[in-house]
Amino acid sequence: VPEAIRCVQCGICSYNCPVGIDVRAHARLGKPVQTSHCLSCGECVRRCPRGVLRLEINPLFAELLPGLV
Amino acid sequence: MPGGPLRFLIIGHGIAGMAAAKAIRRRSPKASIAILTDENHRFYSRPGLAYYVSGDIPESQLFTLPDSLYRDLRCSLIFGRAVRIDSNQRRVRLADGSLLAYDALLLATGANAALPAITGIDMEGVVTLDTLDDSRHLLKLARRARRAVVIGGGITALEIAEGLAARGVETHYLLRKDRYWNSVLDPAESEIVEAGLAHEGVIIHKQTQIESIEGRRGRVRAVVTSNGQRMPCNILGVAIGIRPRIDLAQESGVATDRGILVDETMKTNLPGIFAAGDVAQVYDPHQDAYRLDSLWWTAEHQGDTAGANMAGDQRPYLRKTPFNVTRIGGLVTTIIGDVGGSRPDSDVKGIMRGDSENWRHAVDCIAIQERNGSDRIRLMVGQDRLVGALVMGDQSLSRPLQHYVLGGTPLGELGDLLRRQPHAALDIMRERAAPSLTSIGAGAAW
Repeated sequence: VPEAIRCVQCGICSYNCPVGIDVRAHARLGKPVQTSHCLSCGECVRRCPRGVLRLEINPLFAELLPGLV
Repeated sequence: MPGGPLRFLIIGHGIAGMAAAKAIRRRSPKASIAILTDENHRFYSRPGLAYYVSGDIPESQLFTLPDSLYRDLRCSLIFGRAVRIDSNQRRVRLADGSLLAYDALLLATGANAALPAITGIDMEGVVTLDTLDDSRHLLKLARRARRAVVIGGGITALEIAEGLAARGVETHYLLRKDRYWNSVLDPAESEIVEAGLAHEGVIIHKQTQIESIEGRRGRVRAVVTSNGQRMPCNILGVAIGIRPRIDLAQESGVATDRGILVDETMKTNLPGIFAAGDVAQVYDPHQDAYRLDSLWWTAEHQGDTAGANMAGDQRPYLRKTPFNVTRIGGLVTTIIGDVGGSRPDSDVKGIMRGDSENWRHAVDCIAIQERNGSDRIRLMVGQDRLVGALVMGDQSLSRPLQHYVLGGTPLGELGDLLRRQPHAALDIMRERAAPSLTSIGAGAAW
C-alpha cells in the first residue's frame, strides 16, 4: 500500500524489484501491488528512501499476499 | 477567445509545469498546451537525482513518465530558452528569435543553486545539483577525482557529499559553525546525522569555511580555508541555498521579490501570467506574507492549482503544512510542520532545496523525545494539537504523527499523556492511526 504523498518517483523500488514489477507506477497512483507475481520479498520497502511503501497482509486471503503501500 | 482553441504555454518542465499541463487538459479538452524547457530532456524525477548520483538507480529510472503521456495529454514539448515576455501582445520571445503566442502563461522556471562570491567559482570542478546535466557532470568528474570538498547545508549538500563518497571519492564536508542543519535539527539530531555521514566515509570539518579557490588551467586544484589551511581537491560541491529563477519575469515587468510574487490563485501582477513551484513566492493570507517553498509535493500542488485557474477556475491555493521525507546521513527522516526555531542556518543563505520557510516559523511548544540509538522523534506540541514532528530513523510512527499534524487532529487527553508518559501516548497514536491513513492530501492521481 503506497502513500503517494511521500513518493517523489525516484524509481528505486521498480529498479530493485527482482521480478520486474513497476512498483513506482503503483506508488504514483497510490495503489497496492497485488499481483501474484509479487514475491513479497520486501526489497522495495527496504530500499525506498522515503518510507513510501509498507508490506501489508491482505485480509481477504490472510496469506502472505502483499499489499504494498 | 475568438478564433480557435486557447493556447496555454508553460515555461519550465519540472513537477509544477507537468502538474499544470494535466490540470489544464482535464478542464480544456481542445486547448493547445506547450511546455518550453531549456533542458534537453523529457520529464525526469528531480528528487531522484540524489539516488542517481549515489548509484542507487541508473539514469533510465529517472524518466518516470512514458513518452506516450505527452501524446495522451496532447502536450507539445519545445526545447528552447525564453528571453522576453511581451505581456501586451501575449507572446514569448525565445533565444533563437522565434515567438510563441499564448492566452495564458505559466512561469515554472524553478530555482538554481546560489554560488558564493569567491574568485574561481566559475572553474571546472565546481559542481551543483540542480539538474540531470549537473548530475551527469558530477559523475563524470567523480570518475577521475581523488578528493572533493563540499560546502553548504541542508539536504542537497549531503546528497552531493554522500553521492561522492559512495562513488569512492574522498569527501570533505565543511561546516561554518559547529553542527549540521542548525536551523531545523536540534543538537542531538545533528549529531546522529554527522555520525551517519562519518560512517559513510564523509570527513566533516567544523568551524571551517572556504576563503578562496586555487586552480590550474581553469580547473579546481585546492581550496584554502579561512584559517589558512590548504585542502587539495578536484571537485568543489556547492549547496549554500537556491535562487528562484526570476530573471525572465523581472525583465518582462512581472512583479518579483525573492521569487515571482503571486496571489492565492497563483496569478502574477500581469494579466494571463501565472507562476508556480520553486520560483513562486506565494501570498499566505494567514501570515499576511509572501512565502517561498522548495518542496516537490508543494510544487505539484501549486502547479495543479495554477493550471486549473489558467483554464478558468478561481481556486485558491491552500498552503498545506509543509512536509518532506528525505534520507540524510543514511537515515530516513520525515519533517512535518513547524520544527525549527527562527534561527538562520549558518551554512545557507535564504532557502534551500527541500526546504520551507515555514519550518523556521517560531512556535510556543514543548519538545518530547524518544531515543533509541539513531532513532529519534521530536514533537512540537501546541495548544491541543501537534504543530510539528521530526521522525528520524525508524519510520513506524511517522504516519500516525503525519495524521495528527497534517490533519490538525485535536490531541484531547493525549496532550497531557504526551507530557507525562510520551511512550505510552505514542503507542496510542500508533494504534489509533493505523487504518484509514490513505487519504491524507494525496497528490493528484497521474
